[in-house]
Amino acid sequence: MSSFNTNRALLLAALQDIQPQPLILNQPEQLKPYECDGLSAYRSVPLLVVLPETVEQVQAILKICQAQRVPVVARGAGTGLSGGALPHEQGVLLSLAKFNKILDINPERRTATVQPGVRNLSITQAVDHLGLYYAPDPSSQIACTIGGNVAENSGGVHCLKYGLTVHNILQIKIVTIDGELLTIGGHSLDSAGYDLLALLTGSEGLLGVIVEVTVKLLPKPERVQVLLAAFDDVIKAGAAVGAIISDGIIPAGLEMMDGFAIKAAEEFAHAGYPTDAAAILLCELDGTNAEVAEQLSRVHDILLHSEATEVRTAKDAQERATFWKGRKSAFPAVGRISPDYYCMDGTIPRKHLPKVLHAINQLSEQFGLAVANVFHAGDGNLHPLILFDANKTGELERAEAFGGKILELCVEVGGTITGEHGVGMEKINQMCVQFNSLELTQFHAVKAAFDPQGLLNPEKAVPTLHRCAEFGAMHVHHGQLSHPELERF
Amino acid sequence: MEHDHSQRLQEQVLAAYKLGKPLAIQGGNSKAWYGNEPQGEILSIAEHHGIINYEPTELVITARAGTRLSVIETLLAEHNQCLAFEPPHFGETATLGGTIACNFSGPARPYLGSARDFVLGCQILNGKGEILNFGGQVMKNVAGYDVSRLMAGALGTLGALLTISLHVLPKPEAELTLVKNVDAAGAIQQANAHARLPLPISASAYVDGLTYIRLSGTEGSVKQAAAYLGGEPLANGELFWHKLREQQLRFFQTDQNLWRLSLPADTPVLDLAGTTLYDWGGAQRWLLSDSEATPIRDAVSQAGGHTTLFRAQPSIRRHNAAFQPLSEAMLRYHRQLKQAFDPKGIFNPNRLYAGL
Ligand SMILES: Cc1cc2nc3c(=O)[nH]c(=O)nc-3n(C[C@H](O)[C@H](O)[C@H](O)COP(=O)(O)OP(=O)(O)OC[C@H]3O[C@@H](n4cnc5c(N)ncnc54)[C@H](O)[C@@H]3O)c2cc1C
Repeated sequence: MSSFNTNRALLLAALQDIQPQPLILNQPEQLKPYECDGLSAYRSVPLLVVLPETVEQVQAILKICQAQRVPVVARGAGTGLSGGALPHEQGVLLSLAKFNKILDINPERRTATVQPGVRNLSITQAVDHLGLYYAPDPSSQIACTIGGNVAENSGGVHCLKYGLTVHNILQIKIVTIDGELLTIGGHSLDSAGYDLLALLTGSEGLLGVIVEVTVKLLPKPERVQVLLAAFDDVIKAGAAVGAIISDGIIPAGLEMMDGFAIKAAEEFAHAGYPTDAAAILLCELDGTNAEVAEQLSRVHDILLHSEATEVRTAKDAQERATFWKGRKSAFPAVGRISPDYYCMDGTIPRKHLPKVLHAINQLSEQFGLAVANVFHAGDGNLHPLILFDANKTGELERAEAFGGKILELCVEVGGTITGEHGVGMEKINQMCVQFNSLELTQFHAVKAAFDPQGLLNPEKAVPTLHRCAEFGAMHVHHGQLSHPELERF
Repeated sequence: MEHDHSQRLQEQVLAAYKLGKPLAIQGGNSKAWYGNEPQGEILSIAEHHGIINYEPTELVITARAGTRLSVIETLLAEHNQCLAFEPPHFGETATLGGTIACNFSGPARPYLGSARDFVLGCQILNGKGEILNFGGQVMKNVAGYDVSRLMAGALGTLGALLTISLHVLPKPEAELTLVKNVDAAGAIQQANAHARLPLPISASAYVDGLTYIRLSGTEGSVKQAAAYLGGEPLANGELFWHKLREQQLRFFQTDQNLWRLSLPADTPVLDLAGTTLYDWGGAQRWLLSDSEATPIRDAVSQAGGHTTLFRAQPSIRRHNAAFQPLSEAMLRYHRQLKQAFDPKGIFNPNRLYAGL
C-alpha cells in the first residue's frame, strides 16, 4: 500500500515555527485519546495532534504537510461510526475542536455562519429565540460537529422531509492541501460553475479541510405530533410506511424498531413501548396547526387499516419526548444488554424490507450473533445492530463478516452500503461491491483533482483497485446484479 | 429495450475520444440558446429515452436522459406525484437530461429545493467513453463522492447523462395564489419575513407592481395561511406560475438581453439599468437590460450573487460569456475536475466556460 515515512522531528520543528504557534500534542498520553472515533474497533495513534485556532494556521499546517508529504486526517468530535477520523500512524491528526465559534446569525436571510467545530445542536440552540432551527439532526447531535456533518453528509430522524446536510447548507470555506482558502457555494441559492458544494459534502475529509460553514435555518413548525403504532408483524409495519407515503403524506420522521430493539429500548428508557409487539412505528407529523390536525387523523386511520394492533397519539410535548426517548436511546440500550455492538448503515428500496429482514435473520443464525433492527423507515435506511463480545475470540471478526454480508445484501437489492455514516475505513471493502473498477478509478481522478499526492485522509473511503482485487469482489457490481441471487441468503 | 441507445452513444464517444473531436451533447434541443454557443458533432440523446423504474411508494423515478419531461410529469401526475422543483421546459421537446444538465428549477425552488437537490443517482458516459453509475435509487446514500449532484448544472461538460434517478414528492392537496399591491422593496422585505414563519408558501414573485404568493398544502393549512396573509385570491394561479416558469409572461416578450441574477434573497432593490422581475422570494431576479455586462456583473457580485446572460441576440452572446467569470483559483479546480472526467475535453467545449 502507500508508503508514508514521516520524519517526525522535521515535521514537529516546522509546525512549531508557525506564528502564532498552534497547540501541538506530541506526548504518547496526549495522543492516545485520539486513537479512534466512534468505531472503536479500529485504532491507530497519530504521530502528532495539532489543534489550530485560525484559518491561517490551518493553511500553514497543510502547506507543511504537503511539502513534507505527511498524511493529514481532519477530526471534528470523533463521533463518526465508520473510522473516518481514524488517525494515520505516519500523519498529523488535525483537530478542529478549537474552531467552536458561531460567527454570524442572520435572521433576515435565515442563515448561520459557524466554525466547523461548532456542535450541531448548538446551532439550533443559538437561533431558538428567533423561532428558527437547523433541520438535520443526527442522533449524535449534542456531540457531533457541523464540519463532521458536512464531511459525512449526515442525516437524522427528520431528513425524510427536510433532507440531508447537503440540502441544508449554502456555503463552506475549505483549505486545500496546497494551503489555499476556497469559498464554495455562496449566500445565493446557487453559484456559478460546478456544484462543488455537493461534491465536497460527504467527501469524508478527502478533498479539503472545512474551516467555515453557512447553514440554512428553517422556521420552527407551528405544531408537532407523534403517533406510535404497534404491529404483530414487521412486514405489516413496513407496508404501513408505504401506505402513509402513498396517501401523499411526508411525515417529518418515520422510524421503525423490531421486537428485539423495542425490548432493549423499553428496559433502558421506560418509554412505555408495547414489549410484546413485533415492530413499532413512530410517525412524527409537523406543520401548521390545520395541516397536522388533518394528517393526524388520516395517518391514524391508515395505521389501523394496516392492521396495527395499537395506535397511540402523544398527548403532549412530554409524552412526545418519551416516545422518542426510546428510539433515540436504542443504541445505548442495546449497548447495555450486550458487551459490544456493531451498528450497520445500509439503505434499501423500502419494498425489499421483508426480504432483507428475512435474510438478516438467517444470517444472524448462521453467524450465531443476535441482531436488533432500528430503521429510518421512511427512507429505507437500516441500522441493524449486531450484538457481540469483543473479549470472546473471533466474535469481532464474525460481527464484521456478518455486517459485510448485510451491506452486500443492500447492494444486491438496489440499495447502498451507507446511508449516512460514510465509508471511512469500515466499509472500504464493500465499496468494491458497490462500484466497479472504472467507477472507482473515476473517484480517484476526482480525488487527484484536489489532492494529487493523496495526503488528505489516505487509504479511506475509496479503495484502491489493488485492495479490491484482494477482497476478490470485483465481479459484483450494479447493472449485473439481479434479484434471483437473493435466494442464496 | 429498443430505446436503449447507450451502446451507440458509447461508440460515438469512444470514436470522438480517440480523435479528440468535440461533441455537442443534445437532448430535445430546446435549450441550445443557453450557455455559450454549442460546438462539435452532435451526440444525440433524445432517442435514448424511456422510464426504467417508477415506484410511487418509494418516491423515486428512474428514466433515461432522453425521456421528455412531459412524459415523466404525466406519469407522476397519474399517481398524484410531481417533480417538486417544477422544472421549466422551454419547449415541448425538453428532456430530463437537459433539465438536469442545466439544473433548471421553477418557482418552488427556494421552498422545496432545486433540480440538484432531487437527484439521487445517475449513469453517465465520461469523456473516455466509459459507462459509470453513481448514487442510486434510494434517498440516503453517501457511498463515494456525490458525482450525481455534481453533474447537475455542469452543462454536460463532465459527462453525458444516460440515466437519472430523481426523488419525487406527492402533489399538494390544495393550492391558492394570493395577489397584493406593494412596491419592489416591500415585496422583498415581505417575502423574507414570510420565510421566517411556518407558512405553507411554495412560491413568491413580484411582477409589475404586484406580489404573488402561492400557498400549497392541505386544504385547512392553505385556508389558515390565506386568512393570515390577506390579499386577493388569483383565479387562475396555476397558469400564472406556469407562464412565469416558462418565461411566457409579457415581461419576457422582448428582444432585450435577459439576465438571470442569483442573489441572497434579502438583497435590496439593486440600482441597475433596465426592468426587473423578482422570483424565488427575491433570490432569483430577471433583468431586462441593454447595458454592458461588466456593471451588471460587478453589482451583483458585490451583493454576493452571480449572473447569467440567460438569453441574448447571437451577436451579443458571441462577445459576452454566459456565466459569471470564476476566480483564478476556482477556475483551476474546474479545469482539474474537467480533466478528471473528460481528459481530452471532448464534451461541450466552452459551453460553460472558455477552456472547459
Ligand atoms: C450515538 C451515535 C448516533 C449517531 N447518529 C447519527 C445519525 O442519526 N445520523 C448520522 O448521519 N450520523 C450519526 N452518527 C455518526 C456521526 O455522529 C456523524 O457522522 C457526524 O457527522 C460525525 O461528526 P464528528 O464531528 O464527530 O466528525 P468526526 O467523527 O470527527 O469525523 C468524521 C469524518 O469527517 C471528517 N471531518 C471532520 N471534520 C472535518 C473538517 N472540518 N473538514 C474536513 N473533514 C472533516 C473526518 O476526517 C472524518 O472522515 C452517530 C454517531 C453516534 C456515536
